[in-house]
Amino acid sequence: MLDLKNICKTFNAKTVNQKVALNGITLHMDDGDFVTVIGGNGAGKSTMLNAIAGVFPVDSGRIIIDGTDVTGLPEHRRASLLGRVFQDPMTGTAATMQIEENLALAARRGEKRTLKIGITREERNVYREKLATLGLGLEDRMTAKVGLLSGGQRQALTLLMATIKKPKLLLLDEHTAALDPHTAAKVLTLSEQIVTENKIMTLMVTHNMRDAIRYGNRLIMMNEGRIILDISGEEKKNLTIEMLMDAFAQASGETFANDRILLS
Amino acid sequence: MPGAIAQGLIWGIMAIGVYITYKVLDFSDLTVDGTMATGGAVCVMLMLNGTNVWVALLCAVFAGMIAGLMTGLFHTAMGIPPILSGILTQLSLYSINLAIMEFKANQGISVTKYPLIVSQRNVRQMSINNPIFKTLIILAVLIGLLYWFFGTEIGCSLRATGANEAMSRAQGINTSIAKIIGLMIANGIVALSSALLSHYQGFVDVNMGRGAIVIGLAAVIISDVLFGKIFRNFALKLVAVAIGAVIYYIVIQIVLWLGLNTNLLKLLSALIVAVFLAIPYWKAKLDARNTGKGA
Ligand SMILES: Nc1ncnc2c1ncn2[C@@H]1O[C@H](COP(=O)(O)OP(=O)(O)OP(=O)(O)O)[C@@H](O)[C@H]1O
Ligand SMILES: [Mg+2]
Repeated sequence: MLDLKNICKTFNAKTVNQKVALNGITLHMDDGDFVTVIGGNGAGKSTMLNAIAGVFPVDSGRIIIDGTDVTGLPEHRRASLLGRVFQDPMTGTAATMQIEENLALAARRGEKRTLKIGITREERNVYREKLATLGLGLEDRMTAKVGLLSGGQRQALTLLMATIKKPKLLLLDEHTAALDPHTAAKVLTLSEQIVTENKIMTLMVTHNMRDAIRYGNRLIMMNEGRIILDISGEEKKNLTIEMLMDAFAQASGETFANDRILLS
Repeated sequence: MPGAIAQGLIWGIMAIGVYITYKVLDFSDLTVDGTMATGGAVCVMLMLNGTNVWVALLCAVFAGMIAGLMTGLFHTAMGIPPILSGILTQLSLYSINLAIMEFKANQGISVTKYPLIVSQRNVRQMSINNPIFKTLIILAVLIGLLYWFFGTEIGCSLRATGANEAMSRAQGINTSIAKIIGLMIANGIVALSSALLSHYQGFVDVNMGRGAIVIGLAAVIISDVLFGKIFRNFALKLVAVAIGAVIYYIVIQIVLWLGLNTNLLKLLSALIVAVFLAIPYWKAKLDARNTGKGA
């Protein structure tokens, strides 16, 4: 369960660069919900996900994940509840460390790190099996440095890292945006597979309207730091891109503007 | 030449400390210029006051770790940038080192009166008292310990912090603590090197750490250029850094034989390190230009 209660965040407050990024976000998600998030440039999508993850403190409001109020907790103390995949494939992994070392780091998320060995033999076998499910041949390259992998391979690995220890909430922020269409589709399919198989509550930002409609059981649209549209159930299944565009125009009084939005 | 090797090995211990901050943690730590005198100061003064040599050595390491802690807190708790944090500690250490040395710029310790671990006098001796032999043993133990430590869960979290801080936090690592631990370990190692150096030369001088960071970087760079492609294992990389320091000292020795004024040494070292640091940058620029032409 996730509860965002009236979250506000202003960057560079009281300067000329003042920017209200989140303007009273209230959102409730139930366990197993898979919510897709769309919105124009600068709508506040990434800011919302970063606020949940604790990358910066929020100005007001409460963030409650699975019954725990994490509003005041630093980023590393809420990491155990969260899995994250970022837009930039470089962000989610340690390039100079081995594939298996990256997985071992992720597997210890939220646990006390001790002077025990950083990766055990049994773990390696588990990782090999898990990597094999990605279908990218990474199970044969477990000691290769992650820096040698392609963007798509890195995102797939990050996805595995984010979910290897089941998180209460998975945050995907345009995690396929930097990939070529073919690879993007593959990583997206993989994401859905992992999310539904493990019943992980998920927030997925995408700039592809079709993906936003196709995946998940609920869709929210953001504009100027607010949630202006929230569609779920049957209504979501019957959505079309045109309906989304109209809904946006109606709710915001503008036409939808995102230079990266994909309508196809 | 044996002198250059012995000195190179002792400085190699320091270079391993620099490697940990500079390469593993990705933190340019200038504390070492101060710590490289602190270790010797603590060890020599304690011994002059009758402390057991091993206890004195342990205290020296401990003092170095406190210096690392100070830099770490400047950075993580006070938000001061890495380089400035190191400079602030380094400057404070100058006063602290003088205070430890009872406000004298140097303090001698005689090998005939005190059980020094290594000494210049024995550098040509074929016995277990030879400083080269002893330093090699210390290096082997140190590298073994570090190899073990960086394979543990905590060690891995330090490496991750150096490799990708945002990712480390997302994986629940307290990156501030990781940096502090790394800085403490590195400066403890530098202080160990400092203590051994003061034994080796028979005195401690408040200025003996000046430019240590450059020597450390030189060793790291030499090891990278010569062994970067062949040594992949972490322990071997540390071995390479120690060899890098020895090569540095041999080169310095040769340059001095060729008649260079000792006072110009630091200028020469700095320029050489600057050029080597620039090489990756120049190479990237050149590559970019070439691909630009090709397109
Ligand atoms: N760290 C920051 N400092 C200052 N301003 C910021 C910061 N992060 C975001 N902003 C601003 O807050 C607003 C919302 O940004 P955000 O990144 O959340 O948008 P987004 O919906 O993710 O957009 P996009 O589709 O372009 O990724 C933007 O105007 C942005 O410039
Ligand atoms: Mg964004």
